[in-house]
Amino acid sequence: MKPAPFSYADPGSLDEALEVLAEEGAKVLAGGQSLLPLLSMRLAAPATLVDINRVPGLDAVDVTDDGVTVGALVRHHALLHHDAAARVQPLLARATANVAHPAIRNRGTTVGSIAHADPSGEMTSVLALTDGSVTVAGAAGTDTVGWRDFFVGPLETSIAGPAVVTSAFFPALPPRSGTAFAEIARRKGDYAVCGAGVVVTLDDDRRVTSARASYVSVGIVPEVHDLTEAVAGAPVEKADWAAAGALARTLVEPDTDIHASADYRRLLVGVLTERTLAEAAAEASARATRE
Amino acid sequence: MTTKLFGEPVRRREDARLITGKGRYLDDIGHDALAAAFVRSPHAHARITGIDVDAALEVEGLVALYTYEDLAGPMAEPLPVLIPHPQLHAPRTGYPLANGEVNHVGEPVVMVVATDRYVAEDVCDRIVVSYEELPVVVGVDAARAARSCVHEEIPDNVAARHHQETGDVEPVLADSPRTLSFTQYIERSACMPMEGKGVHAKWDADDDSLRVYTSTQASTSVRAAIAAKLQLSLDKVEVIAPDVGGGFGVKIMHPWPEELLIPMAAIALGQEVKWSEDRREHFIGSAHERQQRQEITVGYDDDGRITALDVHIWHDNGAYTPYGIIVPIVTATQLVGPYALPVYRVIVESVYTNTVIVTPYRGAGRPQGCYAMERTMDRIADELGLDRAVVRERNLIQPDQFPYDHQLTFQDGRPVIYDSGDYPGLLDKLRTLVGWSEAEQLRADAGARGKLLGVGMAMYVEGTGPGPYEGGHVQVLGSGKVLVSTGLTSQGQGHETAFAQIVASELGVPIEDIEVTTGDTRRFGYAVGTFASRAAVMSGNAIALAARGVKEKALRIAAEVLEASPEDLEIDEGVVQVKGVPGTSIPLRTVAVLSNPLRYAFDEAARQATQFAGPGDDSKPPVAPGDAPGLEHRDYYSPIRSTFASGAHAAIVEIDPATWEIDVVKYAVVHDCGNVVNPMIVEGQVHGGVAQGVGGALYERMAYDADGQLQNASFMDFLMPYASEVPDIDIDHQQTPSPLNPLGIKGAGEAGVIPGTAAIASAIEDAVGRRIASMPISPTELYDLVRNDSSEMTAAAQRRAGTGVMA
Amino acid sequence: MTRVDTERTITVTVNGVPREATVPVRRLLSDALRHDLGLTGTHVGCEHGVCGACTVIVDGAPVRSCLMLAVQVDGSEVRTVEGLAHDDHQGGQVMHPVQEAFRECHALQCGFCTPGFLMTIAAGLEGRDNSVEISEEEVDEMVGGNLCRCTGYANIKKAVHHAAAAMKDDA
Repeated sequence: MKPAPFSYADPGSLDEALEVLAEEGAKVLAGGQSLLPLLSMRLAAPATLVDINRVPGLDAVDVTDDGVTVGALVRHHALLHHDAAARVQPLLARATANVAHPAIRNRGTTVGSIAHADPSGEMTSVLALTDGSVTVAGAAGTDTVGWRDFFVGPLETSIAGPAVVTSAFFPALPPRSGTAFAEIARRKGDYAVCGAGVVVTLDDDRRVTSARASYVSVGIVPEVHDLTEAVAGAPVEKADWAAAGALARTLVEPDTDIHASADYRRLLVGVLTERTLAEAAAEASARATRE
Repeated sequence: MTTKLFGEPVRRREDARLITGKGRYLDDIGHDALAAAFVRSPHAHARITGIDVDAALEVEGLVALYTYEDLAGPMAEPLPVLIPHPQLHAPRTGYPLANGEVNHVGEPVVMVVATDRYVAEDVCDRIVVSYEELPVVVGVDAARAARSCVHEEIPDNVAARHHQETGDVEPVLADSPRTLSFTQYIERSACMPMEGKGVHAKWDADDDSLRVYTSTQASTSVRAAIAAKLQLSLDKVEVIAPDVGGGFGVKIMHPWPEELLIPMAAIALGQEVKWSEDRREHFIGSAHERQQRQEITVGYDDDGRITALDVHIWHDNGAYTPYGIIVPIVTATQLVGPYALPVYRVIVESVYTNTVIVTPYRGAGRPQGCYAMERTMDRIADELGLDRAVVRERNLIQPDQFPYDHQLTFQDGRPVIYDSGDYPGLLDKLRTLVGWSEAEQLRADAGARGKLLGVGMAMYVEGTGPGPYEGGHVQVLGSGKVLVSTGLTSQGQGHETAFAQIVASELGVPIEDIEVTTGDTRRFGYAVGTFASRAAVMSGNAIALAARGVKEKALRIAAEVLEASPEDLEIDEGVVQVKGVPGTSIPLRTVAVLSNPLRYAFDEAARQATQFAGPGDDSKPPVAPGDAPGLEHRDYYSPIRSTFASGAHAAIVEIDPATWEIDVVKYAVVHDCGNVVNPMIVEGQVHGGVAQGVGGALYERMAYDADGQLQNASFMDFLMPYASEVPDIDIDHQQTPSPLNPLGIKGAGEAGVIPGTAAIASAIEDAVGRRIASMPISPTELYDLVRNDSSEMTAAAQRRAGTGVMA
Repeated sequence: MTRVDTERTITVTVNGVPREATVPVRRLLSDALRHDLGLTGTHVGCEHGVCGACTVIVDGAPVRSCLMLAVQVDGSEVRTVEGLAHDDHQGGQVMHPVQEAFRECHALQCGFCTPGFLMTIAAGLEGRDNSVEISEEEVDEMVGGNLCRCTGYANIKKAVHHAAAAMKDDA
């Protein structure tokens, strides 16, 4: 289990990185926590690895009232402990806490896991749920790509040609809203058998105006499911979260693998939806009070 | 007195190097060695139609390539059947490199030697092997159905039909007040030591000698295998097990193809060659264990006493049978556990499948036997509406029934006669430890929290320390150092500490002066190996006997010098002294110098010793007939039969009825391994065993698809427990010493893993009220079970449902 | 112009000592430490980032050395198990409290996974305020990403408590 031969460059600027990426078979290396196992198992054999770790300006977390911009070199660990980011968009820390183990989070990058487009990744689903986008630097300039256009298939994005995903933008949590994130994994730290992130928004009378969910390890690309119809208008403390869970079960199309059947994943979608919505609603309610 | 260390929790002596990065594991050896890698079969069953190496030859750094065509003499013959048995009627083994046919994914086809492992893998990638695929047999049921076969000449796929019976079971069953029959399954797992296998070989052309390091549990036998297969004189081959990063059984299997091929290449190339198995290779190129289909019929009376037990097991032995039918025999004979069975019949059909070979994994067939017996007890209790502990209690062998002869023949060919034990004592302790009588209250409390709680238990008796022998050598040097060696190997069991404790206690020397070497054929040539919980029993006793021999000689020599009778002397803190006469003494190191009449004064010890040397007796030779120079002794321990350790485990599980996640909230162990050399080490063995037991019950399985592809050949998907998955363990001890060996000890290495699957299956069944007949079980499978209307409900659950308690 | 290489000479400070090595760019950090720099205390258990046996501390943070390329630590500081103890300036060594605790609590058997645990725990304990008693959750987090096949983890967790207490006393 040793990587096949490749060439290596660690350019000092984005332009240089793009230049090398223009070569046939070149691939970006950021945190490497998903890529290195693929290299060692020889499931991936790029001709050239373009290590962007020395590219300046990619390691910042920018927090504004609108949301959080996470640079391509921000490690999961940094995002997990970024208080300002957590205040603006609590899902970031909540989801990141479920990413593997500390040693992986020290090295792995949030943007890298999004660019990897693994449907069992937490951050892909959070990008979707928050209606986020990524910034892609390519030869022709910089583009912002919404999550729906970015995720094309399992481990597949819409990026074509030489490009670097330089950041991901996670919009702020709207007012009177709450979030929750939960996973069920066979072992703590494993890829989830099923995970759920939810956002619940209330109106001024604390009635549910929106309930949305996105799942991990369910479906081939991240999706956001609007569950509002099951709970719309209900006072927050009386909303029928079980009904929302039941609705969610009808909307998802999970797959079977060696760890879980599609039916079991569907069951978990229902359970996790109900549980996380209740938790998110409680938070929305508390925030509504503060706001 | 610091020298009486037997039974003390002495801190381990091996730790000093292991916690500082100074351990020396296989891949730490041979910095400049060439590296080997293997092209392995991607197919589970195929004929090789061609091997094209042309593209590979261009790779810079390639040193040599080997296929079957390059093997000569004994190397071109099939690998040995290590342990033949008359009931193994159709044994089959592979070749070191595949000879025209492959029978499992991972079978080695081409060996590549290159300047380093990266390059060797580059070469492997460029070798094109063409195959003609053949029908694939995966799993015991497919093997049993025999619609296709693994080996052409064995159409029914049956390698062995192992059969034992203690009487005529059928009339007794027919006359039994009650009978029940059921079928259950247990899946494959694997030892999965953190360090894979590995071999390093160095040929000394000037000396015509070979030194091999291998990560093995049996260095002496690997040595013999290499000598035979490579046609070398035994005295020109030395084999050393360096620090070994865990074994759990997979490294007792030998010779692995690589253990022969790497030395072969080293000799051919005249250069050091090394192979360090990577994790993927370990999954598909080593060994697994555990899969069985068990068909059980039991007769019993209204009190739950068993009248007869009839068991028919189908055991998946994988593609080949190099390790004979040890695992089937162990299952067959250890299944009976702590119970008195009036009549017992067992048939184990060992069947071929196109999967990795099956050789012992910690427990070696015992977990399956325990699963069969203990689940039978649970079923009887359920049928009769009795407490599961009570049914067990009524069938236990009583303390006054020892030695208890089961009328069975064990893996060592000796009778299964239990030497000592107190099984009711174990059960009583277990009930107290786990709080068995409070189970219904716990169930109600958990129910109030929305959880399903269940308790389960399982008991076992484990034959440990089988023969035929182990040896020990103890030598006192003039420096005062005491060198101890034994042939068997160590993989983390703390032998350097435990054996030093034995010698310190037997010989009366400070433990700091003792150096222990294991698994090095340069130091000890005869050994059997580290398996079947035998190291402490076998080498421990052999080393004790060797130390006693040294002591006897030391006292004899000292007696002459001190002009005392040997019986009046004692050794304490490394000094021989007359009991009760302070000052009349001689250091043991001085006795060591005196033991050799050749006394060149190379050091201070020798110079000092001369003052004790009396005038020679001209009428006698300097070395008396029958005596030998030096203060050393070699001895062997060869037991009449195995000694039987025992124990009882209980598990409490909580299940979330929404997600069907299974949480082991309490795990209790009562353990009896006779006299204990080091309780800290024994407890550590129990902890580790339980973790593997929990893993085997809830997480680990080898997930083969119908094509024989192992779908989870990585640590990502083969779910070995992390700390988060292992419950806290409560342990209580009982000690019934073995009357069979001088130290009264029984083996402890495997015990912890044996009852895990049975106890946890019992607990889950108790929690959900559905019959658990296939293990391991995962939440997704439990979900399938509980929502399937046709899955059997336990009588206990029906009764609870009837009384309104949540089932 | 950006250099695109197949081999590089790197300089890395390992356990406080500047070291130089010329390595193929595909060399994993784990292999470079073990085979190029001769520091075989770092062990390789899976080479896909799951077992944690190869954990070392790079620029203060524990990472899996099988999930980094050696070229990526050029200019970095790396700590391995060989650098955990320090000299007592009398020819001996003073063990790190975590090493002491592992021995005292019988937290290792075969010892193969041990260096990875030691480095993860050492980084974890050094990075926290040890005047505050360590919680069970912190211990679980600290040991939760490393596999051990021998000990069942009970004594490893005990050792973390033990070491934390020792570091509290030292603090």
